[in-house]
Amino acid sequence: MSDFEYANAPESKAIANISPNYGLFIGGKFVDPKKGKSFSTINPATEELLSKVGYGDKSDIDAAVRSARAAYTKIWSKMPAKERGKYLYRIARIMQERAREFAVVETLDNGKPIRESRDTDIPLAAAHFFYHAGWADKLEYAGFGSKPKPLGVVGQIIPWNFPLLMLAWKIAPALAAGNTVVLKPAETTPLTALLFAEVCQQAGLPDGVVNIVTGDGITGAALVNHPDINKVAFTGSTEVGKAIARSISATKKTATLELGGKAANLVFEDAAVDEAVEGIINGIFFNQGHVCCAGSRLIIQENVADEVLEKLKKRMSLIRVGDPMDKNTDLGAINSKEQLNKIEEISKTGDAEGANRWSPDIKLPTKGFWYPPTIFTGVTQSHRIAREEIFGPVLSVLTFRTPAEAIEKANNTMYGLSAGIWSDKGAKVLWAAKQLKAGVIWSNTFNKFDPASPFGGYKESGWGREGGRHGLAGYLISDSKVNK
Amino acid sequence: MIIDGSEKSLRKFLSDLPPVDQVGAEARAAMLATRSIKTSSKAWAIDMAISMVDLTTLEGADTPGKVKSLCAKAVRPDQSDLTVPSVGAICVYNDMVKIARTELDRIGGKSLPVAAVATAFPSGRASLAVKKIDTQDAVDAGANEIDMVIDRGAFLSGRIYDVFEEIRVIKEICGKKAHLKVILETGELVTYDNVRKASYLAMLAGADFIKTSTGKVAPAATAPVVLVMLEAVRDYFTLTGEKIGVKPAGGIRTTKDAIKQLVLVKETAGEQWLTPDLFRIGASALLNDLLMQRMKLRTGHYASANYVTVD
Repeated sequence: MSDFEYANAPESKAIANISPNYGLFIGGKFVDPKKGKSFSTINPATEELLSKVGYGDKSDIDAAVRSARAAYTKIWSKMPAKERGKYLYRIARIMQERAREFAVVETLDNGKPIRESRDTDIPLAAAHFFYHAGWADKLEYAGFGSKPKPLGVVGQIIPWNFPLLMLAWKIAPALAAGNTVVLKPAETTPLTALLFAEVCQQAGLPDGVVNIVTGDGITGAALVNHPDINKVAFTGSTEVGKAIARSISATKKTATLELGGKAANLVFEDAAVDEAVEGIINGIFFNQGHVCCAGSRLIIQENVADEVLEKLKKRMSLIRVGDPMDKNTDLGAINSKEQLNKIEEISKTGDAEGANRWSPDIKLPTKGFWYPPTIFTGVTQSHRIAREEIFGPVLSVLTFRTPAEAIEKANNTMYGLSAGIWSDKGAKVLWAAKQLKAGVIWSNTFNKFDPASPFGGYKESGWGREGGRHGLAGYLISDSKVNK
Repeated sequence: MIIDGSEKSLRKFLSDLPPVDQVGAEARAAMLATRSIKTSSKAWAIDMAISMVDLTTLEGADTPGKVKSLCAKAVRPDQSDLTVPSVGAICVYNDMVKIARTELDRIGGKSLPVAAVATAFPSGRASLAVKKIDTQDAVDAGANEIDMVIDRGAFLSGRIYDVFEEIRVIKEICGKKAHLKVILETGELVTYDNVRKASYLAMLAGADFIKTSTGKVAPAATAPVVLVMLEAVRDYFTLTGEKIGVKPAGGIRTTKDAIKQLVLVKETAGEQWLTPDLFRIGASALLNDLLMQRMKLRTGHYASANYVTVD
């Protein structure tokens, strides 16, 4: 017997040069909000204050949109595409150079494990800029006609689960296509966006091409309703997505909406069990389950359910929950008190409706916002935990008897963002992928992202795609439309 | 009994094993390689790794002098620091067993086992009669552990029952005198599915340890291969209550490599496998790197290679 306890291996905070307060990034400069209001952003793992950031209201949004419009008209839309590409390459390179700084700030502000921000969020964010930099001078070959045009000024609103990565998903294609942007980061995670503003300055990006206005839902609504934006790009809850769709109806504005999900992760009897268990873990516990495409409904073939669940529970006992800055942490802090309350509330309905809750015996820190990795077995389609997005480390387990039943259960949801298939049989995987109504389908893997691969959903999971050639479509008007 | 010893039951058992997904297994191994092992846990891991080393010399040029100097190193790896544990075992060719045993006994290494590579190591290309004599010879010479190779040709051509029978016969010769380690030579089996099948086959036939490689074929003890073998011993334990050991060998040269192996053990088979009774590392150059890293932890600076002995 042994005692191979991993000693603390914390990443140093020293590299994160977080300013005690930040203004709004408008016209290439940090400016104070017009009303002088600000709000706090905290470290959800410790509840310590990280910084005070400017609160943007309607007048600030107006200033930002004006600045974006001026930059669009005078500079960005006139610049040769090749030159736009150079700026994007420069931004991508600076993000890579400052990757550790970004990772540390992201983990402090968001609560996600440093291993994930270091190995996933930041490299992928930089990859999105590299990928789209390449598109900038090749848009006429992207299949949107020989002279596709940018839309103009785009209002972008991003969530708190992957703050910098979502920023990259939004800003990189918009700029590559020749648009200018006003971006509103999530209220609880504004810091990496403000760090990105510094990168724009460092890259010498023309003033006003990127504007970042921090604030809350009211700030976001002001942006959506501003008369001079051409498009809204939103990632967040389905509820807010619907409100945006209503408010832009009968305007010139278009929208891409990337909303909620309740992904089915199907495990067939012929799956590679050990790897399927890893995929289940990755599907629901990656980023504390704060993932719109999380594999939150595990649907296992009944004849292997016991074996899979036994292995899953053993594996869950190995999850290392705690200090997100520790390089060995697997599961970090819940992003906010509000989100923790929501996870608790929905999970309690699982108990009340008769599902069986199980969590490994893991000690949670006393300060900050924490939720243990949790599974509910004995879940049925009619349980709330099988239908509503929990957005936390909570997995609902259902079973199926035949492949047809698996598909029926998987598709019986108002969402359709992603799905997973675990089977060693290629023909079965292809068959299932054809039947599933989801925008992204992973076979024998989960939560894999690539800038070249379009991402988006069916049904209440949203409109449009982000990433890849398909994602560019949302930021361009094809020349056939221009001529009309 | 999970099989009844017949070819039919063996085939059924092996074909019912779940497949290994290559991409997934490699991703899991790569993730575990990012564990950051520092300070107190690093010190613990270095000492544990030293005590798990099967200090090996398997050269045509091996001489009694070479083997004796290896014995001295095995018993007291660092004569400037007697808190360094002895290694797990000495691993030599058959004809060196008696020399190693006598030398170890003479210098205070009575409890240190001698492992012999038998059964026409490393290729295994000899008749069963020769392999039996080879093994008997090593056991008679005082080998405490037999590292046998499986017949990869038979395995790959589907004659798995021949492989099974061969292991069973060699195990009989080992009897109670010697532990049996079965070398799969995973670099020649190539696929993870084969590694999993061969692991179970060896365990069912009576292996006390399953070992990755001879050290003569590359790739050898890659992290995903060791992962798949650790999963096999873990699940075999669930099935039978019996704990089988694992020995990666070949290509593990640095402290970092060795610590990654221990992380794989901890997070796959579990901490109960973190003992020289259930995990060994077949290596020669690794030991000196472990000693140098140990010195660095103790003194805070790196010594030159001349501060560890070359044997």
